[in-house]
Amino acid sequence: MSATEFSGIAERRIEDANLVRGVSALTRERIERVVKAVTKGEAGARLAVYHETCMRCGMCADACHYCISHDGDPTYSPVGKMEQTMWKLLRTGGKVDPDDIYGMAQIAYTECNLCRRCVHYCPVGIDTGYVMGLVRRICHRLGVVPLYIQDTAHSHSGTMNQMWVKDDEWLDSLVWQEDEARGEIPALRIPFDKEGADFLYSVIAPEPKFRTQLIYQAAVIFDQAGVDWTMPSAPGWDNSDMCMFTGDYEMMGRLKRCHFEMAQKLKVRRIVMGECGHAFRSVYDVGNRWLGWKNHPVPIVHSVEFFWELLTEGKIKLAKKFDEPVTIHDPCNIIRGRGLMDKLREVTHALCSNVVEMSPTREHNLCCCAGGGVINCGPPFKGVRLAGNKAKADQLAATGVHTVVAPCHNCHGGLEDIIHHYKLGMHTKFLGDLIYDCMEKPGAA
Amino acid sequence: MSTSTATPQTAHGQPEAPPAAHAAAGLPHPDPGDWEPGRRVIAPSFAPLPGHQWQEEPLMSHDGMHVAAVVRQEDDSFTMRVDDEVWDAGFDKVWSPRFLPDGRLVAIVQQDGEWTVAVDGETWPDTYGFIWSLLHGPAGKVIAAVQQDMRYGMIVDGEPWETLYENANNFALSPDGRRTAAVVQTVPLGQADIETFTRGVYSVAVDGEAWGRNFMNVWTPVFDNRNDRVAAQVRLSHSEYTVAVNGAPWPATFPCVWEPCFDPATGAVAAPVRKDGRWGMALDGTLLWEARFFQCWTPAWSPDGRHLWAIVAPRYGSFTVARDASPWPFAAPVVTDLVLSPDGARAAALASHDNAAWQVVVDGVVWPGRWDMAWRPVFSPCGRHVAVRVKDRGRETVLLDGRPWREAFTTAWDPVFGPATANGAGMAVLLRGIRDGACERWVATPDDFRA
Ligand code: SF4
Ligand code: SF4
Repeated sequence: MSATEFSGIAERRIEDANLVRGVSALTRERIERVVKAVTKGEAGARLAVYHETCMRCGMCADACHYCISHDGDPTYSPVGKMEQTMWKLLRTGGKVDPDDIYGMAQIAYTECNLCRRCVHYCPVGIDTGYVMGLVRRICHRLGVVPLYIQDTAHSHSGTMNQMWVKDDEWLDSLVWQEDEARGEIPALRIPFDKEGADFLYSVIAPEPKFRTQLIYQAAVIFDQAGVDWTMPSAPGWDNSDMCMFTGDYEMMGRLKRCHFEMAQKLKVRRIVMGECGHAFRSVYDVGNRWLGWKNHPVPIVHSVEFFWELLTEGKIKLAKKFDEPVTIHDPCNIIRGRGLMDKLREVTHALCSNVVEMSPTREHNLCCCAGGGVINCGPPFKGVRLAGNKAKADQLAATGVHTVVAPCHNCHGGLEDIIHHYKLGMHTKFLGDLIYDCMEKPGAA
Repeated sequence: MSTSTATPQTAHGQPEAPPAAHAAAGLPHPDPGDWEPGRRVIAPSFAPLPGHQWQEEPLMSHDGMHVAAVVRQEDDSFTMRVDDEVWDAGFDKVWSPRFLPDGRLVAIVQQDGEWTVAVDGETWPDTYGFIWSLLHGPAGKVIAAVQQDMRYGMIVDGEPWETLYENANNFALSPDGRRTAAVVQTVPLGQADIETFTRGVYSVAVDGEAWGRNFMNVWTPVFDNRNDRVAAQVRLSHSEYTVAVNGAPWPATFPCVWEPCFDPATGAVAAPVRKDGRWGMALDGTLLWEARFFQCWTPAWSPDGRHLWAIVAPRYGSFTVARDASPWPFAAPVVTDLVLSPDGARAAALASHDNAAWQVVVDGVVWPGRWDMAWRPVFSPCGRHVAVRVKDRGRETVLLDGRPWREAFTTAWDPVFGPATANGAGMAVLLRGIRDGACERWVATPDDFRA
């Protein structure tokens, strides 16, 4: 089949109010102008090299959970998605119809989770996630972004966090969790703005909004481990970044600047991030570089690595192990993105007596379709997301266990939806949940 | 006075908690009688008092004569300990304590779920849904962010703005410390109501009164040096950024902008702007510095408006300081804490290799030594000397013009220069810290620093 014969996206168009609204305001001239600005002005040699070296060999097809879940439909393959979007834009010089942009946005935002599994399978190392990110960038600049993720990006810009959490609500959550935790550990304290602490602990906004127990647990773990930590009282506390995924790189940069400047202001040695993958990617890999830093102005440590440090240094001692069999989900952004697969396993094995590996596993593990922004596109696209995760559901079911350890917020959201939809009878756990349950708490009342 | 003309702000507009010496701009120095060189022990030990379950990190007054800390008392209530006394009242929570330059001790306190501010132990008469983000300036007013009945704004010495809003953040104070400004949300926003958001729900309220115009986003309001006009970054659409002054946006837009600042001499406004993937500086909307930098931020004018400074990255991953668009020859992976001399002709900054091996750079010249951490440089009132608190292997000391103090503390506070003398002779630096458990103030002279 010739690549240009693909017509998949036209047949599976999903109504989204902001995609409709955005496309209705487009002209062919504007599309051409923006495509040129991004492909020539922003993308540079990397995109050109990918475009010229892609052999259309299709080796990447088997890597993509969307493609696997749709019986190998080539329109869901990485190369198929690039063909329908960026390769078409490059081939035509951006001379496409507004309606084409609708389909491209739908593919880039909802049919590719930027998981970068396919890069491992491409003989020439083409990073489809990067290419799809550029398609999203074009769509952002054209104002064609799915409604729910756009709303989340707006939250970031208005409040410097993902969930419209107001300054006082953030503080209130910390004070509340500190109070709660003192019921268990009477001398516990969540130190706000402690200048010169060893690390600043940053989280994503769903924690104060919906999952305050994670703040409680982290406070207990850090307190009982005797580490020197702080949490900021002002914006900069949220490390998440949906702007990175809408293609709004200017807002992404603003968020990351805010985060790093908070750490610099507090003169901490490093930043320890909660169990979130996409936030890690935004701070460790993408946003920092957009701002002009080659690395990280303040070192970034993901919780997996920090928990590993606490356990190997003996700062946390375990009173028991989690006895039920568990399996490990490898979040794309910290495994393919950071190589934490060994430390994740060492921590999980330290905590759990029976660990059943998924197949495939580690850097080859399948994506749950959450940490690349797809889940944030909201209810209109939930069905297609879950259909694209049939392969993940099969993989989960094959383990035969009921507990999935996943050190990533978005993965929890994605996995819980998969578990529910495919009736897998499983549940998810953070490493923090397990450590909190299994650790010795010498300071407990 | 010391340090730069610009109120240091973070990218999101939260004014930094002013370091002691920095906050002292325009404020009286410690009583001259306290400038006798030598060491004075303020408290031989600041161990918790009997009956206190715990004591938080201590803080020292600007004159180094008092030390305080949040303590938890036997009855589980929290209060402030100052030297060996405690405030009469106890609270459910005490946080963000700070000494004002005039010696008063303020803290945010909570009792029965209601928040207020305590000044030297006396609470404001009213309580509020929440209080946070304490600010203070030369006028001696105590200012904070306030939420009452889920309406948001600022509060000055216990008086909230007359109008409160859906939300408020990016709190700012005028240079004289009398006027307040914040980004406010003037229009309610429903769930996923992106159309209303795009039309604009944010403005700036100055002393509680909002500009007559809303924008998609507003960040980092800043006052001019006459305490009159306010400029802020604004976003007009998803891809159009500019600066608005008293609500009026520049005619030109840019793909991105950073924090604006007023030229103290002319009232013109400069801001870093992005153009064609690089950063430059615009003045009243027109490009002043060619957009050739990989980054350009934290702009600051000299008080006479002759020089404009900023942190820039002339090459990718390589940062330095530029004066009037000319970068220093020095460069490092990270540069922070740009501070100007009182006349704005000189500058100091900190450089690090990803938060390690900190160096102090003054006028483009790197001081000897690398440190585990360094704090914001402090210029002497005459502008000839620079002092910097640094940390090395768990000990903190102070560098004066690149020379380390002969002693070290376990914990130090920022150095404070003595009053200016005509020729700089007799210069003294107040050093405050804890050493071997004792809270000490040292008045050091240049001889106390290693050659
Ligand atoms: S979802 Fe993952 S595997 Fe599939 S195309 Fe996107 S980056 Fe590649
Ligand atoms: S495997 Fe690589 S070269 Fe082959 S089609 Fe996929 S992206 Fe192109």
